[in-house]
Amino acid sequence: MSPERRMNARMTATHRDRFGKTINRDHSVLLAHGIPLITILLGSLAPLLPVIAAGPVMPPFGFMILLAWRIVRPGLLPPWIGLPLGAFDDLFSGQPFGNAILLWSIAMLAMDAVEARFPWRGFWQDWATASGMIVAYLVLGALFAGGNFSPERFILIVPQLLLSVLLFPIIARMVAFFDRVRLFRVKVIG
Amino acid sequence: MAPPTKRRTGHSKKAQFSAFTGYLVAALGVLIGAGLLALSAWKPESMSSLRAEATDLAMPAGRAGAEVRSDSQGLIQAIAGYFDAGNKNARLKREMEEARVHLAEAKAIETENHRLKALLGLRNEEVKPIAFARLIGSSSASTRRFAYLSAGSSQGVQPGMPVRSPLGLVGRVLEVGDASARVMLLTDTASMVPVRRNTDNIVAFAEGRADGTLRLRLINLGINPLKKGDIFVTSGAGGIFRPGIAVAMVEKVTHDGAMALPLANPAATIHVAIDPVWVPQAAEIAAQPAPGGPQ
Repeated sequence: MSPERRMNARMTATHRDRFGKTINRDHSVLLAHGIPLITILLGSLAPLLPVIAAGPVMPPFGFMILLAWRIVRPGLLPPWIGLPLGAFDDLFSGQPFGNAILLWSIAMLAMDAVEARFPWRGFWQDWATASGMIVAYLVLGALFAGGNFSPERFILIVPQLLLSVLLFPIIARMVAFFDRVRLFRVKVIG
Repeated sequence: MAPPTKRRTGHSKKAQFSAFTGYLVAALGVLIGAGLLALSAWKPESMSSLRAEATDLAMPAGRAGAEVRSDSQGLIQAIAGYFDAGNKNARLKREMEEARVHLAEAKAIETENHRLKALLGLRNEEVKPIAFARLIGSSSASTRRFAYLSAGSSQGVQPGMPVRSPLGLVGRVLEVGDASARVMLLTDTASMVPVRRNTDNIVAFAEGRADGTLRLRLINLGINPLKKGDIFVTSGAGGIFRPGIAVAMVEKVTHDGAMALPLANPAATIHVAIDPVWVPQAAEIAAQPAPGGPQ
């Protein structure tokens, strides 16, 4: 059978369910639970990219990918995931250890609270929620970072804030793509 | 979008307990995070070995990226070079003429220097770098300015050692792993380098501002003698940096000093040399956490 015909065959009545199990094909537990974790961990490794920045300019990719997964698939990441993933982020981010553990855990609980308060969601609401979270994360991160950082110098992180907020919908689309990869059906026997 | 119904656990005791435990552990995570943050503020070096190990493990990816960066920069420069070859040729010829004159002057100064040093009974010692390495990444999402270095204790790198490029001082080593190290750049908010003007002995501190500039604070307050374009070099005070490494150029004069740009821009620096601590006794002090708070 040619590849085109095979593609078409999936769309027939017996294969109309895009998500469930089909004959000989099923979701992989490894992919379904591994891909969200891997993408967040890779986002946390962004400081090892060969960019020696003069100031804080790069968005906090690990945190943004975590938020995007939380919004795209509520309930996929357990509320305690901020503890292990935040600890990993702290190892590379340059922030004092504990910063991401604290803020990511709070963010997961806050997302639950927002979801309980405003259950019917849409694009603009999701973007607004994520923007609020990112702004709070970066401002608190700057306060926790130490050094001789005085509060009147918050103008320093404004470009980073704007870039992160504008970039979030794109990250959310990327995560939506990874969500389809996550539910890719692989060959199973039996 | 319809609200997810997964929050309702129904009558299943198992589902109820697992939801409850999830929130319990999340709340514990908040407490643990707050505790670790307080510990980091109190004892900044407490997590440094963990961080160094992690950077060691993640190093191969970073090193590959750094190679791509230096290769691609070389390629772009090579292409750009074709566009202004004629101009460049003329300019280079003129510069070479000037350089010849300067070289002659420098030779004269060198002999004079030799004579004066002999007069003072000083040894003429050459500082040999401990290691050469690449800068492979930086804390570009944080307000602190750290960079990662592709050499560690197996190459002889120790905390406190100055890191410099051919153009000037880049920073100093903060934490060391086996094959990687973390460098506090000059522009970090906790970095403070004692400097002096290269032409005379006006001393100042160069403080980082986390946005790529330095703030020069004069030690002797009075009439501000600085001018735009003044070059500052390390003074050797404190014993970590040997005297005479170029640090910064004055950009804007303020009432108590100046804003300056570091001469060795870390963004344009790929290869760096790690020097030994100038006065060995200062090594113990340098191994202590950076002034000005947690790292």
